[in-house]
Amino acid sequence: MALPKYTEPHYRIWHYIYLTICGAVFFFLIAPLFVIFPLSFNAEEFLSFSDGMKRLDPDAFSLRWYKDMIYGTKNPWGLAAKNSFIIAIFATIGSVILGTVAALGLSSRHMPYKGLIMAVLISPMIVPLIISGVAIFFFMAKAGLAATHTGIVLAHIILGTPFVVITVTATLSGFDHSVTRAAASLGSDPVNTFMKITLPLILPGVISGGLFAFVTSFDEVVVVLFLAGLENTTIPIQMWTGLREQLSPTILAVATCLIILSTLILVTAELLRRRSERLRGINR
Amino acid sequence: MSSETKQILTTDGIPLEVSLKKAERKNKIKAFLLVAPLLLFLIITYVFPIGDMLFRSVDDKMVTQMLPKTFKAMENWDGQELPEEEVFAAFHEDFIKLVEDKREGKLSTQLNYTKNGFKSIIKKLRRKSKSFEEGNYKEQIMSVHKRWADVEYWRAIKRRAPEFTSQKYLKGMDMYVNEEGKIVSVEEDRRIHRVLWLRTLEIAFFVTVFCFLMAYPIAHLLATLPMKYSNLLMICVLLPFWTSLLVRTASWMILLQQQGIVNDFFVGIGLVADDNRPEMMYNKTGSYVAMTQILLPFMVLPLYSVMKTISPSLMRAGKSLGGTPFVAFWKVYFPLTIPGIGAGCLLVFILAIGYYITPALVGGASGTLISNQIAFHMKSTLDWSFASAMGLMLLSGVLVIYWVYNKLVGIDNIKLG
Repeated sequence: MALPKYTEPHYRIWHYIYLTICGAVFFFLIAPLFVIFPLSFNAEEFLSFSDGMKRLDPDAFSLRWYKDMIYGTKNPWGLAAKNSFIIAIFATIGSVILGTVAALGLSSRHMPYKGLIMAVLISPMIVPLIISGVAIFFFMAKAGLAATHTGIVLAHIILGTPFVVITVTATLSGFDHSVTRAAASLGSDPVNTFMKITLPLILPGVISGGLFAFVTSFDEVVVVLFLAGLENTTIPIQMWTGLREQLSPTILAVATCLIILSTLILVTAELLRRRSERLRGINR
Repeated sequence: MSSETKQILTTDGIPLEVSLKKAERKNKIKAFLLVAPLLLFLIITYVFPIGDMLFRSVDDKMVTQMLPKTFKAMENWDGQELPEEEVFAAFHEDFIKLVEDKREGKLSTQLNYTKNGFKSIIKKLRRKSKSFEEGNYKEQIMSVHKRWADVEYWRAIKRRAPEFTSQKYLKGMDMYVNEEGKIVSVEEDRRIHRVLWLRTLEIAFFVTVFCFLMAYPIAHLLATLPMKYSNLLMICVLLPFWTSLLVRTASWMILLQQQGIVNDFFVGIGLVADDNRPEMMYNKTGSYVAMTQILLPFMVLPLYSVMKTISPSLMRAGKSLGGTPFVAFWKVYFPLTIPGIGAGCLLVFILAIGYYITPALVGGASGTLISNQIAFHMKSTLDWSFASAMGLMLLSGVLVIYWVYNKLVGIDNIKLG
């Protein structure tokens, strides 16, 4: 942002102060994430930079914590990763189906009690997680689903649907309903119209809602802490236990993998958002 | 429509109005049926269980069911002097049954909540009751221990007769019902819950303020920079937003530890002595720093989406009309961003007030919040009714804030990314 030539000196100074503040805040936001990268390659067992690392001595760096993560004896990460992916995938599928269908209904102008129903549907997002955790635990315990994958998947569907509902209703708000009417007038039944016309058009919204649901499930720890037994341990639970008991560099290796995963998700979500905006003609 | 006007008919001969209404109703049902599966699912698995929490938090049937005959006999007792033989006999009968089921321990725990001193006299009663003779239970029970002859203890039992109680809610605010039935506060040094509520509000408030102060300039920069730069900087906001909460907390644990990088830096620039490194974790500072960084994106995104819609020509107009850049900013730009400020602040505040994971890991004893207390009672003391009561108190606070949010900004304005 270049300043015009006629800017007076003291505004110029102000401008640079402002830029410095912005720089500091961006640094505060992003720098903590980058501490994890180098430390996960630490050859020693400490969570601070060794002298060798400061000198960039190649011997001070190693892949031992990555090896430990994958091959380590009694390491819980394999099971945790498997559980996390299974749970997140099923929870995403469930959230996307329930959420998209509900969003279709909510976007109809004939929908009665829209405000109230919307409030109920997105309530799991507003209610503090700890309260959701207690409530869901009571339900799952009664239903005999505590410490089962099914129970955790259902819990994550509860937490994930609000994101799908919000993103898909947002996509549908710019949706031209005359195309579905055109399809109907040409003899297509509603299901066919949805699959052939509506779904392809709202797909970016559906997928980005799905990504939110996936990340919600994949990162979720509060509710899982109440629900999970030993068999259902997930990556967040293992990280939580590890961070509480002893911070080992293996956790940093896992954290690095998670950061890479979230970067991939961020890129996908960003590409989808742009595509969706292009399709809806916002950035003409 | 006046009665003289001829009704318009559809081709089927049905009045148009009726036909339209029918179609309208059909559409309504169709729309509702689409929402129904999710609504039903959430009502069963989520809304009812929260109602269940409400029920659990006031439920006090345990004692009522343990001493059914006693409470029946006590109905006519005015509570002034020691109850009649009839009450003692009923109590004896209930008690023998409890001993048979091995449940007298639970009774003593429950009664001890109401009045201290029940534990030992119930133990004693169990031992002595084996050799009780039939008849005149009043004398026999009173002879077990002098407290059984104290009317205070019988009043305490009677106070447990109702099936519902507000006791857990009072406990959450460090209050209780005393012997005279009045609501009073516990002693000053035992008011742990009030301290927690206040601390939760305090931390949530300051985290919101810090987030606002840091988010405003960068949201402004993001909104005014040309697209290609702002997209790049946006990654700095979105990457933490998408990264696992535990990863971000872990990075703060590394940074803030005593031998950590932040402390190294302070020592390096000579701010603190090497042998006097400050504790920045396991206390409030840890909670503040980590929560501010973690919640910052939730403040930046709503601010950004509002600032993006403000035309730069407004500021230029303000300046060209004679305002200095500061006046133009304060009179023109700032008021236009207020919806974004409201949205961001309330979002961050709501999230902060219910935070659990980060305070538990970096907050130590002095930086934990009310959520940590709820989790503690759910997992350690297993006092689920108390956890429910505290949860609902927190929830009602959040709902009030949410209601304000809805009035000020509207739910539809929640933006994700």
